[in-house]
Amino acid sequence: MSAVTPIPRLPHLETRRQVSQLRVLRSEWTKFRSVRSTAWSLLLGVLLTIAFPILFAAVTSARWGHMSPQEQASRSPLDIALAGVNVAQLAIAVLGVLVITAEYSTGMIRASFTAVPERLPVLWAKIADYAVVSFVLMVPAVLIGFFASQAILARHDLLQISISQPGVARSLVGGAVYVTLVGIFALGIGAIVRSTAGGISTFAGIFFVIPPLMNILPTSWNEAAGKYLPSEAGRQLFALQHAAHTLTPTAGGLLLLGYCVAVVALAAVLLVRRDV
Amino acid sequence: MIEARELTKDYGEKRAVDCLSFTVEPGIVTGFLGPNGSGKSTTMRLILGLDAPTRGDVTVNGKHYRDHPAPLHEVGALLEARSVHTGRSAVNHLLALAQTHGIPRRRVGELIDLVGLHEVARKRAGQFSLGMGQRLGIATALLGDPQTVMLDEPVNGLDPEGIHWIRNLLKGLAAEGRTVFVSSHLMSEMALTADHLIVIGRGRLIADTSVDDFVALASQKVVLVRSPEVARLRHLLAGPDVTFEAGERGALEVHGLTAEQVGDVAAESGIAIHELTPQQASLEEAFMNMTRDEVEFGHLEQPVEVAV
Repeated sequence: MSAVTPIPRLPHLETRRQVSQLRVLRSEWTKFRSVRSTAWSLLLGVLLTIAFPILFAAVTSARWGHMSPQEQASRSPLDIALAGVNVAQLAIAVLGVLVITAEYSTGMIRASFTAVPERLPVLWAKIADYAVVSFVLMVPAVLIGFFASQAILARHDLLQISISQPGVARSLVGGAVYVTLVGIFALGIGAIVRSTAGGISTFAGIFFVIPPLMNILPTSWNEAAGKYLPSEAGRQLFALQHAAHTLTPTAGGLLLLGYCVAVVALAAVLLVRRDV
Repeated sequence: MIEARELTKDYGEKRAVDCLSFTVEPGIVTGFLGPNGSGKSTTMRLILGLDAPTRGDVTVNGKHYRDHPAPLHEVGALLEARSVHTGRSAVNHLLALAQTHGIPRRRVGELIDLVGLHEVARKRAGQFSLGMGQRLGIATALLGDPQTVMLDEPVNGLDPEGIHWIRNLLKGLAAEGRTVFVSSHLMSEMALTADHLIVIGRGRLIADTSVDDFVALASQKVVLVRSPEVARLRHLLAGPDVTFEAGERGALEVHGLTAEQVGDVAAESGIAIHELTPQQASLEEAFMNMTRDEVEFGHLEQPVEVAV
């Protein structure tokens, strides 16, 4: 411990301004960029988004000669290009949960809500900062994954698709939109549950445990209900082909957005009403 | 200025704060005293609007905390539980809070210097010692140059130098006309810092008094007398509320009378007095007497820590 001034005197502060949403946005940005988990999660999300298409493109190229004609016909270049999105969503969702639950586990939330006793500006700012950053990083990551996997497949003259073909650009941007919405959903869950472990497991339950369970249901039930799951609805944002029993990209995207709005609305109500 | 009116908070079946009314005035240091678990921290959370009261009301500088458009300029608070993200540096912690009010970045540096954290300002707060964490909490409380300063157990984890420093700081803040409200479970600490005391036990108000009055109120009247005619004096002093104990080396301990009363009786009867000493109860004794019935768990020796 360093020596302290013998007679402490608090220096006066001339400027006195009020809390505003813009200032809280700036504050949350400082919080966001100043913890390590942010950089690690985002880096992991971006790397997975890029690495999986490259890996799958390489494996597909190498194994192409050994594949049956049906298997070859079932390969889709866009599935390969967007393979990382399914994995990256976990890293991004964990970050979404942590953005809010880490404040509860460390007690920072008390300082945050003492500075901003209206509380809601903190939630809005967290969502805004977080959504912008993950979208801005995911768009180039998805594009790099696409062009890299296409370049690898091109060397073997396989599965070429142009970004100008119908639905391709939409699917690529849709992948980035999907991950961003998933992150917002996870952040909302985190704000409701208020614990990191609880938030991550609730999210994983909804996105990774319930969907495979649906396969146990009779096919007609699964096809009727399964498309309304957040993961299944959201997947239509970056799926090129759509079956009769799936939603359109617009409907699926809107439904996932609706789930996000519902979760965040519940989080907002609880945030204001609960004791910290 | 902090004003609580019939402030009550239940957590399920348990009543943490029970119909508490008090006013904390500007310009002095007000100690908030009570055994551990008596509701001090809950009261402070209610003041800050972190918890909502079950009944009653509390305002700071005339408004509910939540209704202040710039709360960090009104109240600076250090809560007992740590309120810092362990992965963030002291500088970024303070900066993030400053930015909510548009407080300039250089203020963060000023506060870091004030609390003596410049050498560790860029280290992650999770690596801080208890004392450093406490200093960071104090810096956080003072960030907005607030009119009211509220600190929950500020000396916890501070070294003697740090304790001395915080006492001077608090007295200085009060001398500038600020409202200073400091909680402690250590009476001896309050004796050195506070001018006024609000004492609670089991969430209820026990005393709202100046430090001097507190001792007088809580301590019994005890006078030590030494006289060659101690037996005659004892006979003359006897009364319904008066009891005697044998003191050291032939002295007599008179309970229930003031030194003035004992001296007058002796003078009237022409009894020589060699010593007449009022026995002041220490603050710690006064505090224990007062909270004897209000201690949450078991016997008093347990929960009330006495500082040396």
